[in-house]
Amino acid sequence: MSALPLFVAVFLACAVEAVEAATIVLAAGVAGEWRSAMAGVLAALGVLTVVVAVLGPALTLVPLGGLRLVVGGLLLVFGLQWLRKAVLRASGHKARHDESAIFEAELVAARGAPHQGRGAVTDWYAFTLAFKGVLLEGLEVVFIALTFGSNAGDVLLAALAAAASVALVAAAAFAVRAPLARVPENSMKFVVGVMLTGFGVFWGAEGAGARWPGSDAALLVLVPAVAAFALALVAGLRLVAVRPGGFAATGPGPDRAKEET
Amino acid sequence: MRARLRGFLRFWYEFVVGDDWRIALGVVLALAATSAVSRTSAPSWWLLPVAVVVLLPTSLWRAVRSARRG
Repeated sequence: MSALPLFVAVFLACAVEAVEAATIVLAAGVAGEWRSAMAGVLAALGVLTVVVAVLGPALTLVPLGGLRLVVGGLLLVFGLQWLRKAVLRASGHKARHDESAIFEAELVAARGAPHQGRGAVTDWYAFTLAFKGVLLEGLEVVFIALTFGSNAGDVLLAALAAAASVALVAAAAFAVRAPLARVPENSMKFVVGVMLTGFGVFWGAEGAGARWPGSDAALLVLVPAVAAFALALVAGLRLVAVRPGGFAATGPGPDRAKEET
Repeated sequence: MRARLRGFLRFWYEFVVGDDWRIALGVVLALAATSAVSRTSAPSWWLLPVAVVVLLPTSLWRAVRSARRG
């Protein structure tokens, strides 16, 4: 697998997760206390570091065939779930992901919650909100970077793509101190769903013992074919009338943000 | 303690399986079929693409139908 598709796939997938985490942290900081929210971010990053330290070396010990079977299967399940939501959104059958609306909902929930201290943390709600948001979205970042990197035999490049993506989003969120509503998140999710599905099909089949015609070049057919198929499904579903009354607004809480991925 | 364990298991179920468990089941069955066919002399690479062509539209159709029912 060449370096560019690996970098692009990991960068985009991680950017989507980082935008969602940034929205939750911003809401926790604005409605509560910034210091507690940032402590929650650091605590979550600490847990994620431990996960990487344990999982990273463990993945390199697994035989490549078995790794590709398991990881390919997981990527395919992930990819199909992402693509399912992306197609539903693009065809108008599911509310589009709106970071501004999510930010407002998180803000309302955070302002209504009691902001009491616990131990060294002066605002426990802001701490746990930021911690959960970063941990949940971060787990997906770790999963994507490790699985793509280990399968492609270049964990370092995948890690660099993930780090660059998260750093860029964090810097943008810090600069504007507002939800990153201008990021084309729905389109990015569509692209990531296509890539996860394409790579999942390729690696899953290889791990199960299949031999692709053209070897790695099959990916150059698979990924565009998945994209064309998903776009055809969007066009087909646009012909089906949307439920009267539209969609409910997104609700509060980091668990909701996770569901909206 | 039991509620925490339940929450932990639910998190991993939602993380791995997601909204439609039939997709995860379909992928597992397609991988098993690919593995079985790979042991023969017949080509097996086409099974997962066919699984995608079947699983994604059926899952979408179920989602649209349940949304239309409200």
